[in-house]
Amino acid sequence: MINRIFAWLTDGAHWQGSEGILRRLVEHLGYSLTAVIIAALIAIPLGLYIGHTGRGRVFVVNLAGAARAIPSLGLLFIAVLWLGPKFSGDIAFLAPAGLVLVVLAIPPILSGAYAGVEGVEPDARDAARGMGMRGPEVLRHVELPCALPLIMSGIRSATLQVIATATIAAVVGLGGLGRFLIDGLAVRDTPQTASGALLVALLALAVDMVLALVQRFVVSRGLTGRYRTVQTFDSDAGVTPPAPALQHSA
Amino acid sequence: MKRTRIALAVTAAAALFGVAACGSGSSDPLAAGGSAGKVSSGSIVVGSANFPESALLAEIYAGALSAKGVKVDKKLNIGSRETYIPALKDGSIDLIPEYTGVLDQYFNKNAKTTTSDDVYAELKAAVPATLTVLNKSAAEDKDAVVVTKGTAAKFSLKSIADLGPQAKNLTLGGPPEWKTRPTGVPGLKRVYNLDFKTFRPLDVGGPLSVQALKNGQVDAVNLFTTDPSIADNGFVILDDPKSLFAAQNVVPLITKSKVTPTISAALDAISAKLDTATLGQLVKEVVVDKKDPAVVAKEFLAKNNLG
Repeated sequence: MINRIFAWLTDGAHWQGSEGILRRLVEHLGYSLTAVIIAALIAIPLGLYIGHTGRGRVFVVNLAGAARAIPSLGLLFIAVLWLGPKFSGDIAFLAPAGLVLVVLAIPPILSGAYAGVEGVEPDARDAARGMGMRGPEVLRHVELPCALPLIMSGIRSATLQVIATATIAAVVGLGGLGRFLIDGLAVRDTPQTASGALLVALLALAVDMVLALVQRFVVSRGLTGRYRTVQTFDSDAGVTPPAPALQHSA
Repeated sequence: MKRTRIALAVTAAAALFGVAACGSGSSDPLAAGGSAGKVSSGSIVVGSANFPESALLAEIYAGALSAKGVKVDKKLNIGSRETYIPALKDGSIDLIPEYTGVLDQYFNKNAKTTTSDDVYAELKAAVPATLTVLNKSAAEDKDAVVVTKGTAAKFSLKSIADLGPQAKNLTLGGPPEWKTRPTGVPGLKRVYNLDFKTFRPLDVGGPLSVQALKNGQVDAVNLFTTDPSIADNGFVILDDPKSLFAAQNVVPLITKSKVTPTISAALDAISAKLDTATLGQLVKEVVVDKKDPAVVAKEFLAKNNLG
């Protein structure tokens, strides 16, 4: 079996063309990233607002929690039957699939954002106010940077889920790596199905590693303890103990 | 196909038999009447597979037979072919509505024929010695390539062959397995030399296929010929002159020892009256309009002076 999967994956013909792995990979990434970006544009501002003001916290947090329980496949069929007739062309399938993935991605990003802001040290917030900052400035200069690790972990977990779930786009006739799962299952082509599943898992891991790297560089060094010396780039800065404060002032 | 996919455990079927046996007779308005005062022309147990069209056909058979004075018991919605054929063999049921193509393939693993008459002849030779099939009806529930009325008018399409010059600009929809199945995209290429612009994988003759055709995401789609949504949306079924899709005529499968002249005459009369459009309409009344299959069967029989 392993050999047959390996043979399927290493067959050059499976990588080329409009139905090849590369094209499906690009489609899959396209669906996933679009959905995560849209979800982030909705969830991060909302999460920051809730975290900063504490308003609507119970309602939105419970709503987001409930949204996690929505079965994506069921929602997809409802969305296709409901939205499908309202659009023409491929949008009639893209919109429902996109909606499902956005609904899936919002809860983790939202809870990351509000929990991140809520969890900021009261002392830091007080200090900011003491320096004369107003609400929006506190949010921008103190709360947001301090919340970034949690926001990023929300985005990472949403991305993982979305990449895994974007396979359902194939159920409604779209592309993506799910095509190999659905088409393989339909004709009992196990190597194709297994290869598709493997590719999705690998893609999810790869993207998560990229995001981990992004997180490493966008999060303030004051929070991560990641310091850089003036003279040389320290590649394992993350695991070495923080350097003395004198050096990092550069 | 939907009826072959549904695999029901034998134990579940046994439980169903029990339930059906308790329910039949007393609750059935059709079996009760008719026989009084007439000479009994035999007794028979009618079964059906577990999808609406099969149950409806069984009701039609049952109604017509009891009108002729045959004592009828019904055991409907038994399960899949793998369950009810053994029930037929062991005498739990005596009669069930079937489809020539799939039944032929069930009894004959090397079935190759595709036209109605060939399939029927092959099936007759293949059924086990204790069973037989009576006359086939013109009604077929089989794979079809379907287009909208607008598309049919625009390109003056009557048959799949007419798609020839247009295919390269058209999108075909169907179940994912159509991409590679000999009767799917490769078959359309081999038999009709059609190269569609793209093939869009959808579902197996389900709501997704219907909606994609209705809204123009696909120009032609695979549906089953008695699907109520075809008539509902004014879709056009394209003829299959080269018989790419094997015939699936509705045919009564019956235990040989139970056949009497009265019974075979009554069932042949039904088969003579059924065609695909009629059956599609009857199925629509059950599936879309949610009418009781027994009532739909009774109305059909009354209209055709069979019950």
